[in-house]
Amino acid sequence: MSPSDQHSTALDLPPHMRPERSFQGLILALQRFWADYGCVVLQPYDMEVGAGTFHPATTLRALGHKPWRAAYVQPSRRPGDGRYGENPNRLQHYYQFQVLLKPSPPDLQDLYLKSLAAIGVDAALHDVRFVEDDWESPTLGAWGLGWECWCDGMEVSQFTYFQQVCGIECSPVAGELTYGLERLAMYVQGVDNVYDLNFNGRDGDERISYGDVFLQAEQEYSRHNFEHVNTDILFQHFKDAEAECQALLSAGARQMEEAGDGIHKVVLPAYDQCIKASHVFNLLDARGVISVTERQSYILRVRDLSKACGEAFLQTDAGGAVAKESQNA
Amino acid sequence: MPDLLLELFSEEIPARMQKRASEDLQKLVTDGLVDAGLTYEGAKGFATPRRLALTVHGVTARSADTREERKGPKVGAPEKALEGFMRAAGLSSIDEAQIQSDPKKGEFYVAVIEKPGRDAQEIIAGLIPGIIRNFPWPKSMRWGAGSTKPDTLRWVRPLRSILCTFGPETEDPEVVPFEVDGITSGDVTHGHRFMAPQPLRIRRFDDYTDKLNAAKVVLDSARREEIILEEAKNLAFSQNLDLVEDSALLHEVAGLVEWPIVLMGTFDERFLNLPDEVIQLTIRVNQKCFVLRDPKSGALTNRFILVSNLIASDGGKQIVAGNEKVVRARLSDAMFFWETDLKTPLQARVEKLGNIIFHEQLGTQLQRVERIRSLAKALAPATSAKVAEANRAAELCKADLVTEMVGEFPELQGLMGRYYATAQDETSAVAAACEDHYRPQGPGDTVPSDPVSITVALSDKLDTLSGFWLIDEKPTGSKDPYALRRAALGVIRLILENNCELSLTGAIEQACIGYGDGMKGVAVADDGVAKDLLSFFHDRLKVYLRDQGRRHDLIDAVISEDADDLRLIVRRVEALSEFLASEDGKALLSGSKRAANILRAEEKKEGRAFDSTVSSELLTHPAEKALAEAVDISVGKAKAAVDAHDFTAAIEALSQLRAPVDAFFEDVMVNDDNTQIRENRLNLLNRIRQATHTVADFSKIEG
Repeated sequence: MSPSDQHSTALDLPPHMRPERSFQGLILALQRFWADYGCVVLQPYDMEVGAGTFHPATTLRALGHKPWRAAYVQPSRRPGDGRYGENPNRLQHYYQFQVLLKPSPPDLQDLYLKSLAAIGVDAALHDVRFVEDDWESPTLGAWGLGWECWCDGMEVSQFTYFQQVCGIECSPVAGELTYGLERLAMYVQGVDNVYDLNFNGRDGDERISYGDVFLQAEQEYSRHNFEHVNTDILFQHFKDAEAECQALLSAGARQMEEAGDGIHKVVLPAYDQCIKASHVFNLLDARGVISVTERQSYILRVRDLSKACGEAFLQTDAGGAVAKESQNA
Repeated sequence: MPDLLLELFSEEIPARMQKRASEDLQKLVTDGLVDAGLTYEGAKGFATPRRLALTVHGVTARSADTREERKGPKVGAPEKALEGFMRAAGLSSIDEAQIQSDPKKGEFYVAVIEKPGRDAQEIIAGLIPGIIRNFPWPKSMRWGAGSTKPDTLRWVRPLRSILCTFGPETEDPEVVPFEVDGITSGDVTHGHRFMAPQPLRIRRFDDYTDKLNAAKVVLDSARREEIILEEAKNLAFSQNLDLVEDSALLHEVAGLVEWPIVLMGTFDERFLNLPDEVIQLTIRVNQKCFVLRDPKSGALTNRFILVSNLIASDGGKQIVAGNEKVVRARLSDAMFFWETDLKTPLQARVEKLGNIIFHEQLGTQLQRVERIRSLAKALAPATSAKVAEANRAAELCKADLVTEMVGEFPELQGLMGRYYATAQDETSAVAAACEDHYRPQGPGDTVPSDPVSITVALSDKLDTLSGFWLIDEKPTGSKDPYALRRAALGVIRLILENNCELSLTGAIEQACIGYGDGMKGVAVADDGVAKDLLSFFHDRLKVYLRDQGRRHDLIDAVISEDADDLRLIVRRVEALSEFLASEDGKALLSGSKRAANILRAEEKKEGRAFDSTVSSELLTHPAEKALAEAVDISVGKAKAAVDAHDFTAAIEALSQLRAPVDAFFEDVMVNDDNTQIRENRLNLLNRIRQATHTVADFSKIEG
């Protein structure tokens, strides 16, 4: 359970796995660190999301009283941040490494600092700071207090004590860490352009850069997001996802009534539709076809969905509900 | 006399909350001690990113015994009265009360409440947990496994430990024992997070600051600010540079470090092509670093000062390199915005304003710009601006809202417009108006003086005010979400400080025309809107003049409902206040008040007004003849002078009335037995009122 003692430092690794020369090495080091702490290391959620927080392993599992520890990489899409591959720092698709610990352990700050050490950030050499940042996600009806974590003036992580998610008070409070992987990697690899990151830690012909993997995608998706995306279809998708989410929640509630066990039957699929609505909204927003006033109402509509999903989740096993003796049996 | 030391050690406290929190802690604890009957000689609160601390010295060791006698009801009083008395005095039976008597009241009950003094230790242990639990943080949170309990402790960030010692200087102080949500008070704290994390055992305050200092923590934020400023200046001086001081930034940075280490970084010179304001803002807002000037030219240089929290093992090389990297990335972004923005002329951006909603009912920014343009053209003659320039400036004034730079730094709106307008060779008046039409932003802001800026600034503000009046969104009480009071004050200052001859009613009507009658939810302009908005201007003008030290009663006396040339109102107030300071003025004021009082009484008695023409045949007394004549002359002169906006002359004409009015009241009885003569005299009094009214409503003047 104690990761620091036996856990391998960056120096024990073969060169191609070291975080300071390999993007994937950095990811693997973080996974190893949090696996040693007892987290379930999950894989990315198989849907388009704006941030690692949307993964049900964070949003939904932050609710209810059951303890939970998870760590995972999540590709995150911010359509409006696309720069056609021309900006060295901004991407419309990037990776977050997400850790959720419920309840938040008393030594979470120390754990975070140890995880930095594990990827080669030496606190005797670098200026690590916790700078106030109140986190809020209007679409998730969520907020928390915490910090931006700075390393030599660069924001490398978000550190949040969740107070509310899906409009529901967190009880107990979960601690969330979000590492900006590209930024961290650029820092430890000492490169100025994200596309120059060494992805696989190899040299010469074997070297694969971040640009080799993602540059074309950034260009194409920027065109897609800003020029080609069919907004009529998106508006329809939004409506469909919203209706489907509500319909699934009703169906699950109906089945709960029939079973009489107090356990909601269709929460996770409903939440997928909430995620979808949120992403479609981001795309529409990036296209600039949503006015300021409409924008607020779209945000509220997604929030209503996430709230309904969160409330339903509390009526499931993972949400901490215990099935009542079935009265219909 | 013993001293108290308290430290609340937590995860990082937001910089902006630290000062207030240390003050609150000091006040809450010292007030609590005093309320409990203790005294103290002095106290001081401190804050660092990780701790709030308080020292209170010279605390009395024990509160005094107290004895209080509380008088109760008479012996034999009703049961209810006795019960109330016993409850209030804390007695369980009436037998516990003494019986006293006095000649007036007879026998009555007295409760003697004796409270022994308490040890300060005990008082402190009882006091502090409550202060911690109810601490007035602007925002607080729950954390950890305990957060499921309904009464869980809330703190700004997780509270980790509490240090509390109490004792006389000469002896070893003791820990004041208490517990808050599972955290037990002790005598241990920790030093710097990275440089001295070991636990430190603390006895008293001097020992505390010494040990913290040795453990790389400067407790006093004022001292941290001093260190940063001094070292930043020295570092700048060593490179022949000047530090651009920024006290808000200094304060914030001092709240982000426990052990400030000041370092200098460099960025590529090519970024100096950016406007200074952009460089400074980028480095300040995003990186919390200071910029440096060349003392000779005053221009920014490619150096910056950063404040770290660490004595790094490599002397800070990597820290500087890391900060430089981030500054470079941020400035690259800014450079990209700047260069991209320069590729598109401002007028080509105007169309895009159609995508930005200004207000749901008042349309887009593009519609707004169109309205401001036509209003600016209409106002140009009054402000002596060239119509073509006013039109051009109005067309471009909001175009920078859709530039990349303003998208990134909204606080640069206006300023970027000026830079971009200059870059595309607009006239200097047009470029200046792009920035200055937002002015004045508040009472302390400068008022533009260039006619083009004045014109666009007036048009912008009048358009906004008229629009919100048309949709009936006026400020109420403390609610003024669209800063309409500020806009109206801006209009007032623009007009007065530039001496613009402008009819506000006309300008408001013109502004309303801009909204046409086709906009959704916007009322078609009618007289009521202009009248109501004008009266709002009157109210703001009163506030403005009052702030300038003018008497509010004089302002009330000269403002008529339809007065729409603000300069004239002010001139009237000035002439009037000068007049009232003179002997003639005081006498005339009192004479006209006397006339008005008599009239009011008679009007009330008879239920009618005395406003007929004065009949010269009915004037019998020489004094009233003289007065009638003088009034006619004065009114004629005063009216002509007012029409010519010469208020000094108008007042001069009125002052001629002083002697005949005085003589009239001296020699003539108004209430003559002959009703016709009496009525004629009342009509004459009314003429005095009318005469003064040409300049001001004297009945509203106090004194």
